[in-house]
Amino acid sequence: MGKTIAEKIFESHLVDKPFEDTFVLKLDRVFCHEITTPIAITDLEARKMDRVFDPDKIKVVIDHVTPAKDSKTALQGKILRDWSRRHGIKDFFDIGRNGVCHAIFPEKGFVRPGFTIIMGDSHTCTHGAFGTFAAGVGTTDLEVGILKGVCAFKFPETVKFVLKGALKPGVYAKDAILFIIGQIGVNGATNKVMEFTGPVVDGMSMESRMTLCNMAIEAGGTSGICYPDGKTVDYLWEFISDEYSSKEEAFKAFEIWKSDSDASYDAVYEYDLSDLEPMVTYDYKPDMVKTVREMEGIPVDQIYIGSCTNGRIEDLRIAAEVLKGKKISDNVRAILSPATPKIYSMALKEGLIEVFQDAGFCVTNPTCGACLGMSNGVLAEGEVCASTTNRNFYGRMGKGGMVHLMSPATAAATAISGKITNSSLYKG
Amino acid sequence: MKEFKGKVLFLDRSDINTDEIIPAKYLTEITKEALKPYLLEDLKLPAFDSSRDLKDVRIVISRANFGCGSSREHAPWAFEVNGINVVIAENFARIFRQNMFNCGMCAIELKKDDIEKLFADYSSTGAEAEIDLNGNCIIIKNGGKSGKFSFEMSEYDKALVLAGGWVGFADKKY
Ligand code: SF4
Repeated sequence: MGKTIAEKIFESHLVDKPFEDTFVLKLDRVFCHEITTPIAITDLEARKMDRVFDPDKIKVVIDHVTPAKDSKTALQGKILRDWSRRHGIKDFFDIGRNGVCHAIFPEKGFVRPGFTIIMGDSHTCTHGAFGTFAAGVGTTDLEVGILKGVCAFKFPETVKFVLKGALKPGVYAKDAILFIIGQIGVNGATNKVMEFTGPVVDGMSMESRMTLCNMAIEAGGTSGICYPDGKTVDYLWEFISDEYSSKEEAFKAFEIWKSDSDASYDAVYEYDLSDLEPMVTYDYKPDMVKTVREMEGIPVDQIYIGSCTNGRIEDLRIAAEVLKGKKISDNVRAILSPATPKIYSMALKEGLIEVFQDAGFCVTNPTCGACLGMSNGVLAEGEVCASTTNRNFYGRMGKGGMVHLMSPATAAATAISGKITNSSLYKG
Repeated sequence: MKEFKGKVLFLDRSDINTDEIIPAKYLTEITKEALKPYLLEDLKLPAFDSSRDLKDVRIVISRANFGCGSSREHAPWAFEVNGINVVIAENFARIFRQNMFNCGMCAIELKKDDIEKLFADYSSTGAEAEIDLNGNCIIIKNGGKSGKFSFEMSEYDKALVLAGGWVGFADKKY
């Protein structure tokens, strides 16, 4: 019988099977940020095990609260900084060069098809867009990853999503993934790999595929995953052109990371997305999803465009197209956080930052920011935010606040009217 | 090995997420102990008051998809520093479940019917329970009533509990 892409990655990385259904895998990358790694570091020190398995495979960024907002977050940054220096970890991205982890690591070329990646961050599933098995883990798994370069998983049962048809103008990857989560529920893919295929995925840019895979965890998925293709090669080419004589050769090498046609799945869902409308969440769980049409007119207080879900250049272009020449409503405040310095620079050169500023947006440095209510952009009790992030849990952006998840286009349109609005209203 | 017995707290809701267990604003703490006062601070559950209802609790029983959301191990730690080493539920989010065992704590899954029965028969205040890891069962008492509920625990999960967590286990082996 054939194998899924996740099974193939497991097979090629298997170090040990200490028990039935326990697969200890060799790791190609361990990603770290300043919220979950410092405790791992201090624990390793306390155990007199302050070592790293391979400094070149560990990539580090300060992104959640940056620049530091107080002494505690300054200390978290310091622990990470000192540790990176001490162990010769070269790829450490500090203030001025830092961006949201799941945006900056792919951008730097650290993610490749067929890789295994862990990070102490639930949205690590984002990197599956490259045909990678990438999973969020807790601090203890991270600790062992740092120390030994291994991590244990159960057999990667896979659920396949075949996305057919084509998305209408004004409908994006974010709408597709919100729709899917609405269909299967927040527990719909727990302990499963979510494999995304079909013409809609084939037509998506790498950025859109990252948006799609980013929210796999919101359905409980261990990892999202897409097959590598020509777009994957194009995205990675600047980093791999030394390794392959041509793009065709790279494509051939990547092509093995694809499920066999007779692979077996836990479930297969087929959706024709041709008639999909823009989607938005309405309560405190990411599976509570309605069409923007059904939610139209609900007033908001804040707009947030950014995060590892939708803070990439494609997202900024889409939002700026809606905002061009317009002003945000007097009743709202709006924040943009380009996800990385490179995205920020591109947006500057392309004149997008000007569009956002002219419309009345506050543009912050690249950071997680309002997404998790730890630093800037926190809501007051009873306030509502239209957000391009991935999580609408109670208290996520501040105690007593409400977050509606949506695409950058919908967020931009909502900024203009001050109420949840379909972006088609502002086109042309 | 930790002790797995004592007073039970019932949390009657599915999909309790890690932001509710420990809000992100406390993730700036770098010791586990500092998380103690904030456990379940943002839990949305009628009539639940974290400052009142957590006293002396050792075991939590809840419903489906417990611990969904963020990967923060601060969630199990916040339980641990409050003396809670067991969560029993119909099922768990993968990362939370793994984090529990990685810390040498227990995340025990029971069938939906058993969870229903536990809520129906034992959730009035005063329930006490004990986890028997050799017998793979939970013994629960409340007033005059008592019951026994069997569960399955993989060899791997049990090995982690016995080793006191994944660091101890992995360091010997890899
Ligand atoms: S942007 Fe939000 S979801 Fe993404 S890594 Fe940062 S805090 Fe997590």
